[in-house]
Amino acid sequence: MYGTTIRGTRYSFPDLKSLMAKATPLRSGDCLAALAATSAAERVAAQMALADLPLSVFLNEALVPYEEDEVTRLILDSHDRRAFALIASLTVGEFRDWLLSDAADEESLAALTFGLTPEMAAAVSKICRNQDLILIAAKRRVVTRFRNTLGLRGRLSSRIQPNHPTDDARGVLASAIDGLLLGNGDAVIGVNPASDSPEQCYELLRLLDELRETLNIPTQSCVLAHVTTTLQLMERRAPVDLVFQSIAGTQAANSSFGIDLALLRESREAALALKRGTIGDNFMYFETGQGSALSANAHWNCDQQTLEARAYGVARIFDPLLINTVVGFIGPEYLFDGKQITRAALEDHFCGKLLGLPMGCDVCYTNHAEADQNDMDDILALLAVAGVNYVMGVPGADDVMLNYQSTSYHDVLAVRRMLNLAPAPEFAHWLTDVGLSDAHGELLAQALPASFAPLLERA
Amino acid sequence: MADRRPAPLDIFSKLRSATPARIFLPRAGTGLTTRATLDFQLAHAEARDAVEERLDVEALDEELSSRGLAAVRVRSAARDRRGFLLRPDLGRRLDDESRARLKSAAGDYDIAFIIAEGLSARAIARHAIPVLDRALASLDPASWKIAPIILAEQGRVALGDDIGETLGARLAAVLIGERPGLSSPDSLGVYLTYAPRIGRTDAERNCLSNIRPQGLAYDEATRKLLYLCNEARRRRLTGVALKDEAETLASEELRSIDVKN
Repeated sequence: MYGTTIRGTRYSFPDLKSLMAKATPLRSGDCLAALAATSAAERVAAQMALADLPLSVFLNEALVPYEEDEVTRLILDSHDRRAFALIASLTVGEFRDWLLSDAADEESLAALTFGLTPEMAAAVSKICRNQDLILIAAKRRVVTRFRNTLGLRGRLSSRIQPNHPTDDARGVLASAIDGLLLGNGDAVIGVNPASDSPEQCYELLRLLDELRETLNIPTQSCVLAHVTTTLQLMERRAPVDLVFQSIAGTQAANSSFGIDLALLRESREAALALKRGTIGDNFMYFETGQGSALSANAHWNCDQQTLEARAYGVARIFDPLLINTVVGFIGPEYLFDGKQITRAALEDHFCGKLLGLPMGCDVCYTNHAEADQNDMDDILALLAVAGVNYVMGVPGADDVMLNYQSTSYHDVLAVRRMLNLAPAPEFAHWLTDVGLSDAHGELLAQALPASFAPLLERA
Repeated sequence: MADRRPAPLDIFSKLRSATPARIFLPRAGTGLTTRATLDFQLAHAEARDAVEERLDVEALDEELSSRGLAAVRVRSAARDRRGFLLRPDLGRRLDDESRARLKSAAGDYDIAFIIAEGLSARAIARHAIPVLDRALASLDPASWKIAPIILAEQGRVALGDDIGETLGARLAAVLIGERPGLSSPDSLGVYLTYAPRIGRTDAERNCLSNIRPQGLAYDEATRKLLYLCNEARRRRLTGVALKDEAETLASEELRSIDVKN
């Protein structure tokens, strides 16, 4: 039992997960699950009670039962007590104060990584204002490598997302070329296949690999098929750079995705054997999003933000090259409007970074959410200030296959210019070498490098 | 620095024709030109309006009765649009008054067609009647006992489970307005569920999506729907099992074509 008394009114919370849920800033998904605070005052009361809780409580009270959930077992069994010693005596509130202090710098935050559990990160995020989430996350950089170096300070990378409603090869190629001409694609050139058929995915992999080889681009490609499909394709020696999978924060939710930890380990081993990375061995790519466990009815009455942080607990043991929350994709019953999507994007980025992940974000919304492109402009700028590793580059921000809106190639250019951010260093050199940008890294208007010509003519 | 040459416009226009994606947009600095920006805004505005619009049940009812078709009007438990968006569970359940009304229409039916606005009333207004006309014309009345057409306000796909169960229908075909895309504010979906009852999952349904003249055309959609109806009745199921089989058949056809060539 947890609780606090405010001016004579007693607020009590039967267990840790209800305290966490009630302390969560308002969002529709927690209301849908009937877990949210029933008044604004109760929410702050829960935040006050949470702030007074020692961090060590999270090592003693599991929100999802240890015996019944392999994600809980992973989190608690891999907890690094030596790293935790630095903050072991702090309450959640004191931990927030420490994170804001100069004692928390790039080095100490990196050392703390595996001493933090996802639940601790989620707890402290709940008592942070948006500004805190940005300021603290900006201290922490997570650098990963495959064919280029992602996540360095002063850099902003992007995924080219050249989706097509029927996986048409020319259509995908056309969108990818547009992205490259606009200086996008250093994080990955990654297609969501319209069909999960292995044949179609194989064709897409060949197409993207040939594009990369022909233009000698220091980046990686990915077809975001189910991990079982990718495993099959690796057996058939398809050119698989990155292994993609959507993941969630409970075993039951992962099971609804058709995966478990063993399957992810198996796929990681298979990709490692391919040795396709030239400068590093980060090659897993994960997507997540608040609300996925609830939508699979696999949420154990935990709030959606805490479960999202637990998904990062899964991700980090696989040393991913990329991970992004697809923050507004799930719809208004989980994140109702621009305000809620913005908050979730900042929380996800913050928790991911504290837990040691190369956090990116698909800044996005659907047409039945109370949000528009102005909200995406705001989120993109805030995340870029917070030091997000990468965002999406979707042609005109309109994904014509998945039917939602994200950020565009042009949006990436705008934010790079506003905040003086550059692409990954190897990719920036390539842009200059082929004549797409000048010596200062400024993209040249309407340039069409000679090296693109054969590719264009074939298309 | 490598040499550059100006973009040959014919190559860009050739590439543009390969995808509906918004590629090679005209730039103003790092951003888009005014026209391209406003084009996007218009598309989003249309999608937003489609979400907010309500189904004109009166007009639809009249159209049906002009065809000699009986209709029963029902509502979900969602009271308004905001409630509908925030509480999917309410949109999957009949309100009490509607359930009572449906019970009086209950009978022994092979199939019930349910028209629900879902997230796009516009899709229903434009495409529901053309698809329904074709489907009814192709079902042999001697072997298909068809329930009165159900017009459902504020309904989600699974409302068809509640309706089908209450009516006593062996198959529920829900014609529903899909979530509007930026370039498709009026996509109709059809969801087919065998032995509908509360608690059915999406894995137990078959779905035809993106029905509209620019997507899956009426005739093709109806042909697929009839195939699914017949197979569902024959095998007494819908869902993943039926889909897998349909795909296996399709790929076997493809393989035999490969051999022939």
